[in-house]
Amino acid sequence: MSADLTRMTAAEIAALIAGGEVAAVEVAQAHLDRIAAVDQSVHAFLHVDTTGALDAAKAVDTARAAGTVLGPLAGVPLAMKDVVVTKDLPTTAGSRILEGWRPPYDATITRRIKDAGIVMLGKTNMDEFAMGSSTENSAYGPTRNPWDLGRIPGGSSGGSSAAVAAYEAPLAIGTDTGGSIRQPAAVTGIVGHKPTYGAVSRYGLIAFSSSLDQAGPFGRTVLDAALLHEVMAGHDPCDSTSIDAPAAPVVAAAREGAQLTSLAGVRVGVVRELGGEGYQAGVVASFQAAVETLRGLGAEIVEVSCPNFDYALAAYYLIAPSECSSNLARFDGVRYGLRVGDDGANSLEDVMSITREAGFGAEVKRRVIIGTYALSSGYYDAYYGQAQKVRTLIARDFEAAFARADVLVSPTSPFVAFGIGERIDDPMAMYVNDLCTLPASLAGTPAISVPCGLAEGLPVGLQIMAPAMADDRCYRVAAAFEAAMAASPSGAVLASIPELS
Amino acid sequence: MPDATEPSPGPGVDEPAARLSRADVAHLARLARLAVTDEELDVFAGQLDVILGAVARVGEVAADDIPPTSHAVPMTNVYRADEIVPSLPREAVLACAPAVEEEKFRVPRILAEDA
Amino acid sequence: MNYADVIARYEPVIGLETHVELGTASKMFCGCSTEFGADPNTHTCAVCLGLPGALPVANEKAIESTIQIGLALNCSIAEWCRFARKNYFYPDMPKNFQTSQYDEPLCVEGYLDVEVEGSTVRVGIERVHLEEDTGKNTHVGTSGRIHGADYSLVDYNRAGIPLVEIVTKPVPGTGALAPEVAKAYVTELRNILRTLGVSDVRMEQGSLRCDVNTSLNLPGAEWGTRTETKNVNSLRSVERAVRSEILRQAEVLDGGGRVTQETRHFQETTGDTRRGRSKEEATDYRYFPEPDLVPIAPDPDWVESLRVALPELPAARRVRLRDEMGVSAEDLAQMSNAGVVDLVGVTTFAGAPVGEARNWWLGYLAQKANERGVEPSDLPITPQQVARVIELVASGVLSVALARQAVDGVLETGSDVDAVVAERGLKVVSDTAALEQAADEAIAANPDIADKVRGGKLPAVGALVGAVMTATRGQADAAAVKQILLDRLGVGG
Repeated sequence: MSADLTRMTAAEIAALIAGGEVAAVEVAQAHLDRIAAVDQSVHAFLHVDTTGALDAAKAVDTARAAGTVLGPLAGVPLAMKDVVVTKDLPTTAGSRILEGWRPPYDATITRRIKDAGIVMLGKTNMDEFAMGSSTENSAYGPTRNPWDLGRIPGGSSGGSSAAVAAYEAPLAIGTDTGGSIRQPAAVTGIVGHKPTYGAVSRYGLIAFSSSLDQAGPFGRTVLDAALLHEVMAGHDPCDSTSIDAPAAPVVAAAREGAQLTSLAGVRVGVVRELGGEGYQAGVVASFQAAVETLRGLGAEIVEVSCPNFDYALAAYYLIAPSECSSNLARFDGVRYGLRVGDDGANSLEDVMSITREAGFGAEVKRRVIIGTYALSSGYYDAYYGQAQKVRTLIARDFEAAFARADVLVSPTSPFVAFGIGERIDDPMAMYVNDLCTLPASLAGTPAISVPCGLAEGLPVGLQIMAPAMADDRCYRVAAAFEAAMAASPSGAVLASIPELS
Repeated sequence: MPDATEPSPGPGVDEPAARLSRADVAHLARLARLAVTDEELDVFAGQLDVILGAVARVGEVAADDIPPTSHAVPMTNVYRADEIVPSLPREAVLACAPAVEEEKFRVPRILAEDA
Repeated sequence: MNYADVIARYEPVIGLETHVELGTASKMFCGCSTEFGADPNTHTCAVCLGLPGALPVANEKAIESTIQIGLALNCSIAEWCRFARKNYFYPDMPKNFQTSQYDEPLCVEGYLDVEVEGSTVRVGIERVHLEEDTGKNTHVGTSGRIHGADYSLVDYNRAGIPLVEIVTKPVPGTGALAPEVAKAYVTELRNILRTLGVSDVRMEQGSLRCDVNTSLNLPGAEWGTRTETKNVNSLRSVERAVRSEILRQAEVLDGGGRVTQETRHFQETTGDTRRGRSKEEATDYRYFPEPDLVPIAPDPDWVESLRVALPELPAARRVRLRDEMGVSAEDLAQMSNAGVVDLVGVTTFAGAPVGEARNWWLGYLAQKANERGVEPSDLPITPQQVARVIELVASGVLSVALARQAVDGVLETGSDVDAVVAERGLKVVSDTAALEQAADEAIAANPDIADKVRGGKLPAVGALVGAVMTATRGQADAAAVKQILLDRLGVGG
């Protein structure tokens, strides 16, 4: 029974638990067993909370036995990205500087997950402080892509994407600052959604870039992602930037989309600037096939141009480092986390510098230095200030494009998963992974990545973008596309994943 | 799909952008409280210079009359009422600390005066 | 060096930056209490400790108080402004940035008129902005100071308390009166803040802190390089700090030197300023708009309603004191010199007769302030409390002697008047039999004096009254005692 449970979707598991056909404890145990069997190869988890998971599952079973009406995901296991604060559970954000930190509080989304009866299996690996696109920047070693253990699982939420693709968990939470949910989803053949900025509370997400960070769901199906999205989303008075409006009805949209046999009347915009030179041929081919699938469903395909998207990479790599240089200043060895060099002779200033030097990895240091530079007096206007103006121009490009199309599409990433170590010494080669995902990050608009085929035997993602607050549109079109893919001769992408030994 | 008439916008081409020297990087690292090693300085100086060249492209956009954007959905006046909420238990707060004395956070001697 | 001589040769320019801790119940960006004097680190949470992941949400009352301050200082209120991060590393600052305001303060371009030696000086207000306070470092080591300390201990209870910074424009042209103008400004500002009820403005507890900028220039020349003097913790120190800095800079300039732009620290004991240890490099605060908070855009109707609801401000109160309460110009001048005009005004408007209020503030309270080496307004007693004392005397509950004991109790304990009266059992002994017995004992113990009184030297009875008052621990009405004594000595009526 256990092996079957790990292959099920979250929706299926929830139905079985709610119907009393399987105990939540069994489900949790099956996934813990799967983790024990494969995570040594995959290394998706930094911390597995066996006791906590089983206790949470038991509580769901007890509640059900007592006749309590369960939430739609009660008893379903979940993998939590380690950037999300979890009370009394290790939370490192993939950094040495937070090794051993057990937070005295829960993030809002952690609280929501617990309140929904979702069973948290543990914390997943990530690029340090979410800076990276490969999970190689983790202080605790890389995560491996279950499609090919020699390749990266994407990043920064690579532990979460790998856990879901490797059937270690049906659901996972990631965070996306410049593509850190969508790109890992794409390169591991699963679904990942970056919500509208402000749709999901940031309270308790260890901040990388405050004006860009947004948590979102991973699932193996669009519906699963939607079910998790609805648990996570909603106004939070603890986050000043949280949108005080009802969350988008994404579950209804996903269900409706899956039933659609036609996308007639839906205008799909292909963004001219997100393709072409520099994109892998297999990715381009897969994307073009996806566009044809959408056309085949009756969608009207239009080409749109967003000229300022060309500046997204430059703007992003100014804004994110600037904000992170300030957000990461608090890691100084005074109140929590690592302290190095406190020998009684060194001054506080020395101890802070030695601690930060020892606690941060190379990519974090690079970004902190760039951000420190970009915010310096005399450079602010030319860099951070100008980058914020570019955001306006990108948002205007989106606005114009959405006047002509209901959703926009692009490849999620220009590349399929590359080999571990291939790009680690070349920051710019790493940064271009985010080319397609950055515009929606900078505009704060929602975007989903849904598997759309294989290239070189590795998964390719289709990115579907919608206007702010219209997350449901992403899910609706993605669900229709997913259904069409499943019905096609090639079938669902994830069905091709090789077995892990 | 690519527009042939667009000039190729290679990273930092023809940009007399400020370049980062090794000394600049050392200065910035000091500001950011990073005791970087000489080897790191060598590596970072080159890498950061390339990155800076690429990001300096934001300057190509004519944006004098463009307002900056910081958040997707503009909001104003988000406040909380002036009400006391229980603080964290002190044991929980101090349990995280590298060094504690007299229920306070203990830190090495401080060099600079208060700002 | 002679001050008058210095002023004859140089023109001082002063400026003041005042930090005021607001009296909100909770902190600026979290719900922790702002109570003063709590056990270390008991008023802290994820937000004010800067724990990873925590986010700020602004306290509406703090915004409101800042706007009220701006309005009282004749400022324009920004239609739209933002918080900014001021980035620098210091262990009392949990995030290693201070959430403050930079180029978009909430209030700008105001002024405050102050009276010095009969003339009015208009002090321009550059800006009033809102920020958060830092924690507190204690330096451990033989010196007890930052220099030579072995290590330091940090308490974050104060971190995140709302702090309003009020910055004046440079004030030139005050000549020899520069120190007095500085002091008068802070006094008047403090009166306004107290009147608004936005802060308890206790300099000794640090809820009002002053930085004083001073520069000197030759007449007609450009303004000189200014220094910023910190650690100015009383009204008297404001005046002393400016004077001492003027003298010090004159000495530097006279010696052909240049004044260095630097931070100096006022020394309460010596009355001079000392240079702070300078940092290795000029600080670049790398300000940028705080992305975790959304802009402030005060509704104009709200601002207008706050303006309309402003209480009567000290200047208007002084006018009313003169015009309606009939306080003479001489009296006003005397009260002004003693720094009690506003205290008398508030005491009066709290219900006390103006004469009584004046007598208390110029008399017993001025004496107490003098004993403590502080200004009357620094005494830990409010005009409302003084008014209550006066009321208790008027209604016969307290004698003047008892009233003084009540005031002492308030000054010592910080408790309210009625609490002190109850705790110490202060009430006039009106038991005639007991007083008669005490009078008889006093007469018996002082036969010589009794004889003098009987012999017609009536003023000698004072000594006997004193003896009775001592015996009754001051709890008798002196006038009643005197009458009883005179009656019993056969010279009454």
